Amino acid sequence: MIQMNNVVKKYPNGVVAANGISVDIKKGEFVYVVGPSGAGKSTFIKLMYREEKPTSGDVVIAGMNLSSLKNRQVPHLRRQLGVVFQDFKLLPRLNVYENIAFALEVIEENPKEIRKRVMEVLDLVGLKHKVRMFPNELSGGEQQRVSIARSIVNMPKVVIADEPTGNLDPETSWEIMNIFEEINARGTTIVMATHNREIVNTIRKRVIAIEGGLIVRDVYGGDYGYEG
Amino acid sequence: MSVMYTEVTTAMKGRTIRRHFRESIKSLGRNGWMTFASISAVTVTLLLVGVFTIIMMNLNKVADDIEKDVEIKVLIDIIADPAEAKAAEATLMEEIKNMPGVAEVVYSSKEQELDLLVDSYGEDLSLFEQSNPLNNVLYVKASEPQQTVDIAKKIEKFDNISEVKYGEEKVGKLFSFLNTSRNVGLVLILGLLFTAIFLISNTIRITIIARRDEIEIMKLVGATNSFVRIPFVIEGMWLGVLGSIVPMTVVSIVYANIFKIIEPKLNGELLQLLDVTPLLYQVNALILVMGILIGVWGSFMSVRKFLKV
Ligand SMILES: Nc1ncnc2c1ncn2[C@@H]1O[C@H](COP(=O)(O)OP(=O)(O)OP(=O)(O)O)[C@@H](O)[C@H]1O
Ligand SMILES: [Mg+2]
Repeated sequence: MIQMNNVVKKYPNGVVAANGISVDIKKGEFVYVVGPSGAGKSTFIKLMYREEKPTSGDVVIAGMNLSSLKNRQVPHLRRQLGVVFQDFKLLPRLNVYENIAFALEVIEENPKEIRKRVMEVLDLVGLKHKVRMFPNELSGGEQQRVSIARSIVNMPKVVIADEPTGNLDPETSWEIMNIFEEINARGTTIVMATHNREIVNTIRKRVIAIEGGLIVRDVYGGDYGYEG
Repeated sequence: MSVMYTEVTTAMKGRTIRRHFRESIKSLGRNGWMTFASISAVTVTLLLVGVFTIIMMNLNKVADDIEKDVEIKVLIDIIADPAEAKAAEATLMEEIKNMPGVAEVVYSSKEQELDLLVDSYGEDLSLFEQSNPLNNVLYVKASEPQQTVDIAKKIEKFDNISEVKYGEEKVGKLFSFLNTSRNVGLVLILGLLFTAIFLISNTIRITIIARRDEIEIMKLVGATNSFVRIPFVIEGMWLGVLGSIVPMTVVSIVYANIFKIIEPKLNGELLQLLDVTPLLYQVNALILVMGILIGVWGSFMSVRKFLKV
């Protein structure tokens, strides 16, 4: 599902945030990406949804080689992915329903289908009773659930999350993790960058540790490995 | 692994078009003052374009009319022997007088011609009085203005004619006046045009910045580039269209009234204003099309710069 082959990413300011990364993530896997701050976790994630282009090497997602992907083909890639961020990125003027439906409206899905799918994902994240509320009326955990709902509403093959629990308290983080596990259980590949030792050590999955732009450890069922 | 590089290209659906229009209109309201400033700039520009076009079109018509009505100036060959010359001129005058459509023929000697020149260009020319280089001249007037050109062409074939002139001379001055005012007007309009385009592109830039988050999410979930861009281009178009309403109205009402007041007084005169139709249709179409072009161009500039998607 995701292959990287000797990927180097050098930012214009000279920082090398990926220094020869090779990895193969299969369909249906659940992968944590861990490592110290500034290690290159977010860069690794951004290379997958082509927020950043590799300086050299190949990134292949769902059969698309991002190195040769033209700008106008990027929408096609993005429709295969769901992306979740630490800061939710909800639109404050839209209510819960509209925020989720937005992701389908802008790819011109038909209205009947939109309604059906938005209700499905709201059910999955347990927010059916709050459809008419606005982001500022929701707790952080609820906002993150909306943003997760939005990321999966177009039925992506892969969900990529950059510190999705970074802004949440431990209790809420577990709820969010339950949702990711549920999504994963339905066959969606998940790649999640995180600093949350508790979670990584409890819900055991494949752990990829990055340091200085290099993969230093890649273990199925591994632990977080850094001192909190 | 086999790779399909399909692009996401869906023919635009009706509800998508409706959505783009809805978004563009919402944005107009949100930008309040910038919207107002842009529309005002377009309004001033197009008002000037309208007035200018109407004046120029009318002046062009006047020039045309005058050109049709001028006399023909026939320069007679210079013949050394005075007696021979007199005889030749007499024959020529007789021949021309007898042509169909000729109303009058007036003789002007080269001395009279020089006096005319001195009158209009000053004493400097009086030194030519010693050896006058000019020709004797016949001024011919057609009974119907439209026949001027025909008659002039026939006269050219007669004997003892050195040159036949008509039209250009008299209209020359008017044409040079027309040219000057056209250039001044164009420079002025060009300046305003750029101001209007600049203001529109600024308005659109503000819209784009205000909706950064929305655009980011749109791109993230796979909206196509054109889907992201089109609402902004439509917004620019609105600014152009809204800016052309006042100019179209004002130009139409004012010209129709001027026409109603002045036309009866010009009745039968040589000078005539252009009829209200089709002139106003043409000018209004010009205003509207220019408004749309200004708006779309202005927004394109911002969309290109700030929406690298
Ligand atoms: N857009 C950018 N331009 C220049 N340098 C960048 C850019 N983004 C990241 N970097 C640099 O690349 C390195 C890796 O950054 P990255 O954001 O990938 O780290 P991270 O592992 O996600 O860190 P954190 O855990 O703090 O989020 C850092 O040194 C950072 O300063
Ligand atoms: Mg990061």
